[in-house]
Amino acid sequence: MSGTLTIGIFGPGKVGTAIARLAVAAGHRVEIAGSQRQESLQLLLDVLAPGAAQSRSVGTLAARSDLTILAVPFGRSVDLPYTSFSGRIIIDALNYWPAIDGVIAELDGIPQGTSEVIAARNPAARWVKSLNHLGYHDMDEHARPSSDPTRRAIAVASDDSDAKRFVSKFIDSVGFDPVDAGSLADGIHLQTGTAVFGRELSKAEFERMLVRPVSAAEPARRADAAA
Amino acid sequence: MQLGVYSFGSLARDPDSGRVATSAQATRNLLEAVKLADDVGLEYFGIGEHHTREMPASAAATILAGAATITRRIRLGSSVTVLSTEDPVRVFQQFATVDSLSNGRAEITAGRGSSIESFPLFGYNLQDYERLYEEKLDLLLTINREDPVTWMGTVRAGLDEAVIVPRPDSGHLAIWLGTGGNPQSSMRAGRLGLPVAYGIIGGIPARFAALTDLYRRSANASGFSNEHTRVSVGTPGFVGDDGPATRDAWWQEWFDTMASLGQIRGFPPPSRNSFDRDTSPGGALFVGSPEEIADRIIELHSHLGHMRHFLQMDFGTLPQRDFLRSIELLGTEVKPLVEAELGAEPAVVPA
Repeated sequence: MSGTLTIGIFGPGKVGTAIARLAVAAGHRVEIAGSQRQESLQLLLDVLAPGAAQSRSVGTLAARSDLTILAVPFGRSVDLPYTSFSGRIIIDALNYWPAIDGVIAELDGIPQGTSEVIAARNPAARWVKSLNHLGYHDMDEHARPSSDPTRRAIAVASDDSDAKRFVSKFIDSVGFDPVDAGSLADGIHLQTGTAVFGRELSKAEFERMLVRPVSAAEPARRADAAA
Repeated sequence: MQLGVYSFGSLARDPDSGRVATSAQATRNLLEAVKLADDVGLEYFGIGEHHTREMPASAAATILAGAATITRRIRLGSSVTVLSTEDPVRVFQQFATVDSLSNGRAEITAGRGSSIESFPLFGYNLQDYERLYEEKLDLLLTINREDPVTWMGTVRAGLDEAVIVPRPDSGHLAIWLGTGGNPQSSMRAGRLGLPVAYGIIGGIPARFAALTDLYRRSANASGFSNEHTRVSVGTPGFVGDDGPATRDAWWQEWFDTMASLGQIRGFPPPSRNSFDRDTSPGGALFVGSPEEIADRIIELHSHLGHMRHFLQMDFGTLPQRDFLRSIELLGTEVKPLVEAELGAEPAVVPA
């Protein structure tokens, strides 16, 4: 990675603006796309993510970005311009929360992870699952320089090893230790209810948790989802 | 600065027998808590809306109507009303009734709520979340502004010169917009000129300064001056005589509630480490001695400029006597310390 990147973010919410703050602080160029009117989005960015720019065109944001991050609520992810993602590195930072979003029929009871479902919307994109398993507060408060021994880990899962390396360098540049979490299908072990989700873990701790037997890391089946 | 309490109801355990209260007893316990809060000079009591066995106060306005007749000064509100799954006409009528019974002390905090229990319970579709909230907030504000009321929308039958009574003597109910930190909600509150109530249960509350700034700038952009804006903050908290002993005792209640909530929502139980951090200065859990809590509220005020801070105390199966003692200390010890620094806050809410 040659220093400064252009980062595109879909979703100027809690998570999207937290990632934008990290990226701006690390010296990257940031563009954010949202559904609000231009003046509203500008005010939002001026206050919550100073230094981040409003996306000039939602349809070409991914094409203009070295790295594009999906940070919209899961339920609204169907409206994204998937066709424009072909050949681009896309980070799926989405979480499916049945207890908050309700049960989504497309995902109910499926054996594979949500990232595979999202990736199927454009298989020609270079999909990476990352940045989903920690809260937006944690992004703001736990970023540390690489020399800090208390640095926290963020997992990176993908079938595209170049994309995985690229995203890992980005994670490192914004203050976290990247952890190789395997293939995109392995991303299921990063979802809500898993052993690593929401936990403050160092790189070594994270790696130990990930090599646990699959059964221990499976998402907890919730009574309301199973019913 | 106004100080207060909010609760979803809780099944208090008997510290001797270990038996927990019934949901009916939990309702009576709340009434006792509101009465004490009024007696010790607290300015606000809010009742939230969950529909679970552990948090059984599902009908805030009914409890507040009971409280209205046995209290004199304290303001009585919802925190929050899950507006998306309510009929705004009925919400207005119920809180206007509380307002009548309390001589003008009722408030509504309209929000989306952090849980979705009420959607299946009242037969609403979660896929309509946005539209339900947008339209129902619009209707509630229309009812508050107009008499008679004419309104058209898609989430319920339209109203044509409808008479919606009782009407508050002051002309309007105080209606807050409740939010957990979504930027859009702060902008919406500002744009509509509504007072905003933040529920902050984690992270570093001072970081909400960016959101209060966004709220005030959105209000300014819609022609509302800063004098018109109001910010209140609700956080978990508990006051005891001794700081460390209070944190040790309350930790178990916090753990029990957050662990069972995490089970449902897919996040891990809190660690004692994170609890110690969150109950330290700068954290989101206001648990400690009266001096510690007063200092922390004053400190947060320097970041957010809020005019009211209210605490959710009764997590887990906290015994009723401990809940009452905390309320007493908030009124008799924390409040004088905070007022000595920031002054009393007579202003209520702009209508």
